[in-house]
Amino acid sequence: MANQYETVFIMTPVLSEDQMKEAVSKFHKLLADKGAEVVFENNWGLRKLAYPIQKKSTGFYYLIEFKADGEIIKDIEVAYKRDERLLRFLTIKLDKHSIAYNEKKRGLKSKVEKVKA
Amino acid sequence: MSAQNSEIRYLTPINVDIKKKKYCRFKKSGIKYIDYKDADFLLKFINEQGKILPKRITGTSDKYQRKIAQAIKRARHIALLPYVADLLK
Repeated sequence: MANQYETVFIMTPVLSEDQMKEAVSKFHKLLADKGAEVVFENNWGLRKLAYPIQKKSTGFYYLIEFKADGEIIKDIEVAYKRDERLLRFLTIKLDKHSIAYNEKKRGLKSKVEKVKA
Repeated sequence: MSAQNSEIRYLTPINVDIKKKKYCRFKKSGIKYIDYKDADFLLKFINEQGKILPKRITGTSDKYQRKIAQAIKRARHIALLPYVADLLK
């Protein structure tokens, strides 16, 4: 049975907009190749880090939520590790409570956007 | 002297600490999942140095204290919270 996972990664701030998109699309492709289904993604943009990582004090945060089999996580994490554009990554398995929480949060967000629009 | 005369009387009633019962806010409000991405919320459970507060201070139950600790550690890993800090608040 497929599990739901969530990955947050931090890219180096030296990347340009296009380079960043390129990096993201690379991981999208990787996920698709491994048979994962992307449920949600969110670009947090440039954020200040709480402490310097590789002597950088800011980074581009990106969040991907996806459904996949557990075996592919190892391969994906290896790919993250090999990519020098990433400062940090964190992959987490979501349980039923966190899935419900994330869906609720997304619902709120889309409501807010509707109100704004 | 009778016992009644020796009774000490105060002008203002002394403060007898009635301890407020601590409660677990997660149990009370029915929160099931603690989001590690919500750094502002996690700030309530760490001190100025960035250390995790013990449950005897926050009143959190065992079950949710473990979840808080997990969430804070995850937040630290992705640099949303500092590992060590000075005057965080």
